[in-house]
Amino acid sequence: MAHTVAAELELESHEAAADDRVMFGFWVYLMTDLLMFAVLFAVYAVLHGNTAGGPAGNELFSKPLALTETLLLLTSSFTCGLGMIAARRGNKAQVLSWFMVTFLLGLTFLGLELREFSQLIHEGHTLSSSAFLSSFFVLVGTHGLHITSGLLWMGTTLVFVKKRGLNRHMVRKLSLLSLFWHFLDIVWIFIFTVVYLMAFV
Amino acid sequence: MKEFLIGRLTRHALPHEWFTIGGTAAFVLMAVFVIAILTWTKRWRWLWNEWLTSVDPKKIGIMYFLVAGFMLVRGGLDAIMMWLQQAISVDGAHGYLTADHFQQIFTAHGNIMVFFVAMGFIFGLINYIVPLQIGARDLASPFLNTLGFWLYVAGVIMVNLFFVLGGEYAATGWLAIAPLSGIDFSPGVGVDYWIWSLQISGIGTTLGGINFIMTILKMRAPGMTLWKMPMFTWGSLCSMVMAVMVFPLLTATLFLLFFDRYFGAHFFTALGGGDPMMYTNLIWMWGHPEVYILVLPAFGVFAEVVTTFSRKRIASYTSCVLAMIGVSVFALSVWLHHFFTMGAGANVNAFFGVMTMVIAVPTSVLFLVWVATMHKGRIRFDTPMLWFLGFVAVFTIGGLAGVVLAVPPADFQLHNSLFLVAHFHSNVIGGVLFGIFAGITYWFPKITGFKLNERIGRYAFWCWIVGFCMSFIPMYILGFMGATRRLDHYESSTGYQPFYVLMLIGGIIIAIGVALQIVQVIASIIQKKRDTTGDPWDGRTLEWASASAPPFYNFSSIPQVTSRDAFWEMKQQGLPAKKYEDIHMPTNTASGIYIAAFAFLAGFAFVWHINWLVVVSIIGIIAVAIARTFNEHTEYTITAKEVKKIEEDRQAKVSAYRTKDNRPDMGLWEFIMVVLKFFLDAVRSKRWRTR
Repeated sequence: MAHTVAAELELESHEAAADDRVMFGFWVYLMTDLLMFAVLFAVYAVLHGNTAGGPAGNELFSKPLALTETLLLLTSSFTCGLGMIAARRGNKAQVLSWFMVTFLLGLTFLGLELREFSQLIHEGHTLSSSAFLSSFFVLVGTHGLHITSGLLWMGTTLVFVKKRGLNRHMVRKLSLLSLFWHFLDIVWIFIFTVVYLMAFV
Repeated sequence: MKEFLIGRLTRHALPHEWFTIGGTAAFVLMAVFVIAILTWTKRWRWLWNEWLTSVDPKKIGIMYFLVAGFMLVRGGLDAIMMWLQQAISVDGAHGYLTADHFQQIFTAHGNIMVFFVAMGFIFGLINYIVPLQIGARDLASPFLNTLGFWLYVAGVIMVNLFFVLGGEYAATGWLAIAPLSGIDFSPGVGVDYWIWSLQISGIGTTLGGINFIMTILKMRAPGMTLWKMPMFTWGSLCSMVMAVMVFPLLTATLFLLFFDRYFGAHFFTALGGGDPMMYTNLIWMWGHPEVYILVLPAFGVFAEVVTTFSRKRIASYTSCVLAMIGVSVFALSVWLHHFFTMGAGANVNAFFGVMTMVIAVPTSVLFLVWVATMHKGRIRFDTPMLWFLGFVAVFTIGGLAGVVLAVPPADFQLHNSLFLVAHFHSNVIGGVLFGIFAGITYWFPKITGFKLNERIGRYAFWCWIVGFCMSFIPMYILGFMGATRRLDHYESSTGYQPFYVLMLIGGIIIAIGVALQIVQVIASIIQKKRDTTGDPWDGRTLEWASASAPPFYNFSSIPQVTSRDAFWEMKQQGLPAKKYEDIHMPTNTASGIYIAAFAFLAGFAFVWHINWLVVVSIIGIIAVAIARTFNEHTEYTITAKEVKKIEEDRQAKVSAYRTKDNRPDMGLWEFIMVVLKFFLDAVRSKRWRTR
C-alpha cells in the first residue's frame, strides 16, 4: 500500500514537472511567433506609404468595422478567461459553454475580416496592387490565419473535452490554448492601432 | 486538366544536362544500393522501429551526423568544381562550366555547407551530448525533436531535388538577394527550391531551439545550477536562444519572398513600391547571428576539450560564460556590416562598424581563457586537442581579417572581394568545422563504445591544415589583388591564375583529408578498441559518468551535482553506489516523419504550382498534428527491476572484454591490407557464387 502511494506521488511530481515544462516551452514558442509578427509590423511600417499611385489606408479602411472586430476579439478573450476559471474548478459544463461562446465570437471576427478582404479584392485592391496593400494583406492575413488555427484547435479540444472529460491533459491543453488566444488578442491590439487607427492620423 | 494535376511540371523538368543526369544517376544508384542492402539483410523493420521512429536524442544525434556527413561530401564536391573552373578558365579557355551553372554551384555550396552540414552536425552534437551533460534522460519534448530532425531531412531532400526535377538551382548567391531573386529576374524553379528547402528546415531549427531551451533550463540534474553547467551546455544554450530569436525572422522573410514570387506581391520588387534593400536588412538580421549560432556550440566543444586535455579546470569559468553571453548579445547588433556599401549613411555605418569591433572583445576573452587553461596544464596531444590548436591558429587569422573588414572605409575596398570569402571561410572552417571534428573525435568513444583511430586522425588533421592554408591564404592575397568573389572567368594579365591553381591543389589536399577521415572511421570500426570504463579521456563532466555507449535511459539513477566538473569531483570522492528506480521513457512515434513528409510535399507542390497537393498536404499536417496532440499515451515505465537486469547484463558483457586494449592503432598500410584481405576472402569463399 505504502509503495503504491509513493509511486503515485512520484508519478504526480513527474506529471507536474511536465506541465511546468510544456507551459514554459509554449511561452518560448509564443515569443518566436511574436518575432515573426514583429517582422511583418516592421515591413508594414516601412511600406505603408508606398501605395504606387493607388489608394492609401484612410481611403480603404472602415473605422466602425475595425472597432467591431476589436470588441469581438476582446470579449472572446474575456469569455476564454472565464472558461479557464471553470476548467481549474473542474466544471465541465461551464468549460464547454464558455469556450463555445469564445469560439463563436472568434468565428464572427474571422467572418468580418474575410468580408473586408473580399470587398477590397472585389474593388480591385489586391495583394499585387502596391507594396502597401501587400504588407497590409500579409500582416492582417497572418493574424487571421492564426485565429483560424486557434479556432481549429479550440474545436478539436472541445470535442475531446466532451469525450474524455476534464483530465489533467485536457486542462493543460486548455491553458495553452487560452495563452494562445490572449496572445492573438494582444497582437490584434497592435494591428488595430498601427494599421487601422494610424491610417486616419 | 494536366495543368491542374501536375502544375508546371513538364517533360522539360526531367534531367537533360550532364550535371543533372549525373546527379540523378548518382542518387538513383545510392538509393538502389541502400535498398538492396536493407532488403538482403532483412533490416527494414529494424530500421523503422529502432531508428527512423526513435525519439531517443542519442539515435537522432547519430542520424544527424550521417546526413550531415553525406552533405559535407556533396558540398565539398561543389567547392572542388568551382576551384577547378577558376583554375582553368583563363583568357580564351572558358572552362567546363557555363556562367549560369557556376552561379548555381556557389549558391548550393553556401546553402548546403551552412544549413545542412554545419547545422546538422551542431544539432547532432547538441542532441547527443547536452542531455548527458545535464544528467537528463531525454528531452523536454522528444516529439518536437524527431519532428525537427525530419524537417531537416525534408530540407536536405528538397535542396537536392533539382537534379531530378527542374534542372536548375537558384543562381542568386546563398542569401538570394532581392530583387535578383524576384520572379522577374529568376523566373525558374531554382529560387523556389531554395525558399522551401530553407523554410522547412528553418522551422525545424526553431522547434529544436525551443526544445533545447526547455530541456536545458528545466531538466538539469538536482544541484546543477546555471553556474555549474558544463561549457558545452552553456554554448548550446546561448546558441539556441539566438536561434529562437532569429529563425522566426528567416521564416517571415522567406514567406514574404514567396508571396512576391507566387502571388505577385510587392515586398522586395523594384516596382510597385517594393523595397529590395529591406530584404537585405531582414535576411542579414537572421544571417549574421546564424554564424554565431553555429560557432557558440563549437566554442563549447573547445572549452571541454582544452580542459580535459590540459587536465586542469577551466582558467576562468565566469569570464568564459559571460564572454559567450556577450558574443550572443553583440551578435544581434552587427548585421549591417554585411552591406556598408549600400549607403545607409556614415553614422549608421560607424555604429555597426564599432559594434563589430566590440564583438572581438568577448571572443578574445574566450581565447585568452583557453590559452590560460593550457598554461601549466599537463597537456596531452590527442587528436581533439590538435583540432583545438588548429582552430586557435586559423580562427585568429580569420578573426583579425574580420576586424579589418569591420572598418567601413576599408570595407568599401574589400567588399565582395575574395578577401571577404577567405575571412569567413577561416572562421567557419576553423571555428565551426574544426569544432565539430574535435567534438566528434572527443565524444566518439562515448557514442560508439570505442575510440577513433588516432594515427589516421592525425594524418587527416594535417591534410586539413595544409590544404586549408594552401587554398585560403592565396585567397586573401587574391582579394588584395582585386579579385572579386563569384568569378568564373578572368584574363591572365591579372596574374590571378597561379593563386587559383594553388587554391585548387589545396582543395584536393582537403579532399584527401576528408577521405582519410572516412578511412579513419572505418578502420576504427574494424579494430574496435573497446572503452570499457565509459571514461576514456579522464573526463570532467557528467556525460562520462554513464557507460559508453550509454543505455537508452542515460543514467540508471539521476546523479546529484555539487560542483562544476561534477564527474571529476565524483571521481575524487569515490563514485556513489548504484541504486535503481522506476524510469519513465517516451514511446517511439512516426508522427514526426509523417508531418515532415507532408511538409515536403507542400513545399514541392508550391515549387511546381500544384494547388490540390498543397491543400492535401496541409490537411495531412493538421490531421497528424491533431492525432499526435490528443494521444495521451506517449510514455511508458521501466521498473527498477528491469533497469537492474539491463545494468547487470551490460556489466557481464563488459567484463567479458575487460582486458585493457593495448593494440597500437591501425596504420594506413595495415588498413589497406585488411580491406584487400576482406575482399579476397569474399571472392575465395565463393559465397557470392552459390547465391
